[in-house]
Amino acid sequence: MMRAPVHRTVGRLAVVTALLLVRATSADVLPDDRADLFYSKYSGGGMDITGESVLVRKKITEDFALEANYFIDKVSGASIDVLSQASQIKDERKQKSGTAEYVHDKTTYTLSFINSVERDYKSDTTSFSLSQDMFGDLTTMTVGFARTNDGVGENNGTALVPIIAWLGHAETRSYDLGLSQILTKNWIAGLNVNVITDEGFLANPYRSIRYFDPSNPKGYSLGSQVYPDTRTSTAIQGQAKYYLPYRAAVTGSYRYFTDTWGIRANTLELDYTHPISNIWILEGRLRYYKQNSATFYSDIFPYADYQNFEARDQDLAASENITIGGKATYAFLPNGWKMFKRSTVTLDISRISFHYLDFRNIKYYGVPQYLPGDEPLYQFNATVYQLYMSMFF
Amino acid sequence: MSCFRPLLLAGAMLLCAGCSSIQPWVKPYERDRLADPIMAWDRDAISAAYLDHIRETREGSRGATGSAGGGCGCN
Repeated sequence: MMRAPVHRTVGRLAVVTALLLVRATSADVLPDDRADLFYSKYSGGGMDITGESVLVRKKITEDFALEANYFIDKVSGASIDVLSQASQIKDERKQKSGTAEYVHDKTTYTLSFINSVERDYKSDTTSFSLSQDMFGDLTTMTVGFARTNDGVGENNGTALVPIIAWLGHAETRSYDLGLSQILTKNWIAGLNVNVITDEGFLANPYRSIRYFDPSNPKGYSLGSQVYPDTRTSTAIQGQAKYYLPYRAAVTGSYRYFTDTWGIRANTLELDYTHPISNIWILEGRLRYYKQNSATFYSDIFPYADYQNFEARDQDLAASENITIGGKATYAFLPNGWKMFKRSTVTLDISRISFHYLDFRNIKYYGVPQYLPGDEPLYQFNATVYQLYMSMFF
Repeated sequence: MSCFRPLLLAGAMLLCAGCSSIQPWVKPYERDRLADPIMAWDRDAISAAYLDHIRETREGSRGATGSAGGGCGCN
């Protein structure tokens, strides 16, 4: 009994969306008003992180919309290299963001502010983007700029009694160029180019290098990381989405990344989306990622102060990871409720297997069969759960 | 260099003139499939930004994904 109205509602939705797209030939339009409640949990590598978020988006006029988002992360546990030198950590990150969007004819202007605060890290981002529909609305070009100012600190106290030493600042500038192109009535493709420059304190204060030290019973000692003060990276992503002969879509994407620290990375992602009866949308995805290490990275250096820049941050190590994920979206409240026209609830679960190719698990120190530099390579699995409700009005 | 600039300008003008005559080969009334929600690049902005944040704090690469976020993720 419930199905017919849901069919009609989702069917109407598809028609309305199609009409909006048709209307976009004369002028661009803003997306629907919506409110989202979001819960997430990440477990892996000795860490548990829960996240809660609320997002509200509202059109003030037909051509002007505001969006506000609040996100809070709670971290407990600590990653492998923190465990090797510090006590466990409890921390939280609060992120607030506000976005204003204005449409004029075929141009959309977006201005955003993001503020993120942790006990030992503060970050402010301002971004602006401009999106333009062209060539009979077959092409959408987006250019964007973002500037981030970070304050980087270190907690020298405990989780309960923090003593924060502020170590420095970092400034990041991000330049974006995006192109979305309708190729056929079933096929759309996209290209994104992103150049990011950083300057300032870029090291992670919670990670240390290690070097051979015969005077230490372990055979090695730990020292401070020294990073360059600047970094420039370029990422290029190509993606395509195809509507299959039946109602389902397949998406493929490839991203190439390179930076001045010597990291090269390749990312491949494949995604399949399959609706069922206009009530469910099921999605499966597969992602493969591989990178080499930064030029100044080493799992263990020959001796102290071996070179001017030294790092042993696992993010800069050669690594690969595979993600297998699934997502189910259920449409409910087919007749709406109060001000809400329709609603969906979504469960998204991802399993990520991380394998490091030159980062070793030093939890094995002191185990006789492993000499420094011969410990097993580090690997771990992480599970990411997301549960969220979206209400459109 | 001085003779190169007018040529560049002329080339750009020709390109723009060519673009203005491009006719859409997929008509607006043929875009119902492209308007289907399953064809959206990202249906859920919070979820996409969250997954990007997880990846960017555990991988050496970043960018060109269309999502933005802040914070360290140092631990």
